[in-house]
Amino acid sequence: MSAMATDDASGPQGKGSLRHKQVFINGIPGVFFHDRRAVVGGILLLVMIFAAVMGPQLIPYDPRQPDLQDRFATPSWSHWMGTDRNGRDLLARVIAGASTSFKVAVGAALLALVIGAPLGAVTSYIGGIVDDITQRFMDALIAFPARLMAIVLIVLLGPSVVSLWFAIAFTSIPQYARIIRSSVLDQKEREYVEAAHAIGEGRLAILFLYIVPNVLPPMVVQVTLDFASAVTVEASLSFLGLGLVPPTISWGGLLNDAQQWLETAPWLAIFPGAALALTVLGFVLMGDAIRDHLDPRTRRRGARRLAG
Amino acid sequence: MIRYILLRTVQIIPTVLLVTIVVFVLVMVIPGDPVLSMLGYYGDDATTAVPKEIYDRMFRELRLDRPLPIQYLFWLGDALQGDFGKSVVFRVPVIDVVLSRVPATIYLGTFAVVIAIAIAVPFGVWAAMRNNTWVDHLASGFVLFGISVPGFWFGMIAILAFSIYLDWLPAIGYVAPQDDFPEFMKHLILPAGVLGLDVAATILRFQRTDFLEQLHQDYVRMARAKGLPRRIVIWKHVLKNSLMATVTVVGLNTARLLGGSTIIETLFSYPGLSRLLIEAIYARDFPIIQAVVLLMVMLVVVINFCVDLVYAYLNPRIRYATA
Repeated sequence: MSAMATDDASGPQGKGSLRHKQVFINGIPGVFFHDRRAVVGGILLLVMIFAAVMGPQLIPYDPRQPDLQDRFATPSWSHWMGTDRNGRDLLARVIAGASTSFKVAVGAALLALVIGAPLGAVTSYIGGIVDDITQRFMDALIAFPARLMAIVLIVLLGPSVVSLWFAIAFTSIPQYARIIRSSVLDQKEREYVEAAHAIGEGRLAILFLYIVPNVLPPMVVQVTLDFASAVTVEASLSFLGLGLVPPTISWGGLLNDAQQWLETAPWLAIFPGAALALTVLGFVLMGDAIRDHLDPRTRRRGARRLAG
Repeated sequence: MIRYILLRTVQIIPTVLLVTIVVFVLVMVIPGDPVLSMLGYYGDDATTAVPKEIYDRMFRELRLDRPLPIQYLFWLGDALQGDFGKSVVFRVPVIDVVLSRVPATIYLGTFAVVIAIAIAVPFGVWAAMRNNTWVDHLASGFVLFGISVPGFWFGMIAILAFSIYLDWLPAIGYVAPQDDFPEFMKHLILPAGVLGLDVAATILRFQRTDFLEQLHQDYVRMARAKGLPRRIVIWKHVLKNSLMATVTVVGLNTARLLGGSTIIETLFSYPGLSRLLIEAIYARDFPIIQAVVLLMVMLVVVINFCVDLVYAYLNPRIRYATA
């Protein structure tokens, strides 16, 4: 995937523009013109982000304000998503949950990126025993089921947004390290690196100014998909009562509450879950679209006739 | 081949050890006083309520007076013999508690995987063969759905539909197969179905891509050029190769399966291993937490290892390309 940036001399991503990171970033926005999925995903995400940011101002209800006269109200014009057992407006709560989920997901994914990527890049560039040890360690980390690790770490660190960041990022870090490692190993032997070395560029400079821009595209894909899984993991943890706890509002927590009232008030489960699913869907669509957009093989696939 | 097996076994030992160390350290660091939990005291006044001698005795018994690495070695030694101490909550050896819950989770996992394969493989093949038609798009949609929709929400919707509105299936509980088989199946379908669909989406995604790629391969063209009828080419050659890769994917997704089962088991009140873990976490039952986490992670490591071996057996190129 990263090979495309240097091998394919045609178009704006030719060999001449190595130091110009903007060129590679330009490649990615092109996905919106080529792939409907990116557009759909983008729209979904924009809606969610808009709701999370502007929602509290637009909705007349306070998510924590109980209204004991109006408990378990079915969805209606006054309460678009109904109310819960304390009469709190569900739409307001779902919106509050949105901002929580985004905070957690973005923080976790970025944390994993910020720790995993440099770690992978530097150790694989140095190579030798440093690389070997790091690899062993990463392999051990990957063996741990993500959710399980997140659960254990949360118990350790106590439920809070920051500890969720670490708990979720913990198992994502090896992925970033791996992706960057394969890209770096791939690029390390290339001529332009040799050339840069020959003109006296320091090794660290070579790493960050030449190699890293070429590994950015797969990173973008991974980060997007990581957002998706971070949202899901956070919701799962909160659902189990191990993540964010009241008074913090989160989609997982809403679903946890909804469990008991499934028979009498199904809307309490349907709406938060739908919001969750749509958000994750948005991230996944974008991630898939970008990945396919950047992969030269799938670009050419089109309408090849199958054998036979 | 033997060489490869030996090589991989040696490579995996440091990983395994690292895993045990991480598990040990992680659980040791969980807040809460293990001595007090073990003695059955909870609450803030606990420290004053316990006589010093009893506290000290338990402290020594739990080997907390020794340095951490020594504790680790003792723990590891015991663990290898199957002794994980006594459960704080249940007051019986941890190993008994754990083993009593294992069958339930195994049934759940196995059944879920069976469902997943039964759905995903034919669907994937069909979608690959009817590339870019409505079938293919349906498959893509299914995959997206499976990946985006969180298992517990889907489970709740399923409960709403099948247990509450239609009243076809029970929503919670478990019945051992030897006691009442039809009831066992009825209790198993919903949780296994939900879990299975989730895994099915992952398998489908891979199966479809892989099968499609296989179809483009030269050997398929060659077989057709030889004059083999399309049916034989598909069934005898392509499918075999593709299935091998699928099995690998299934094996590698065990970790995901375990993670998913935590949610499902909690949602459906299904008394399996994963739910035991959650309960143990709430109760601060350290010995059980340690044992279950270790067991789960080891399971993943072992399965991945076996998958590696199977893959190397089937694909000679891997054997000789040892890094």
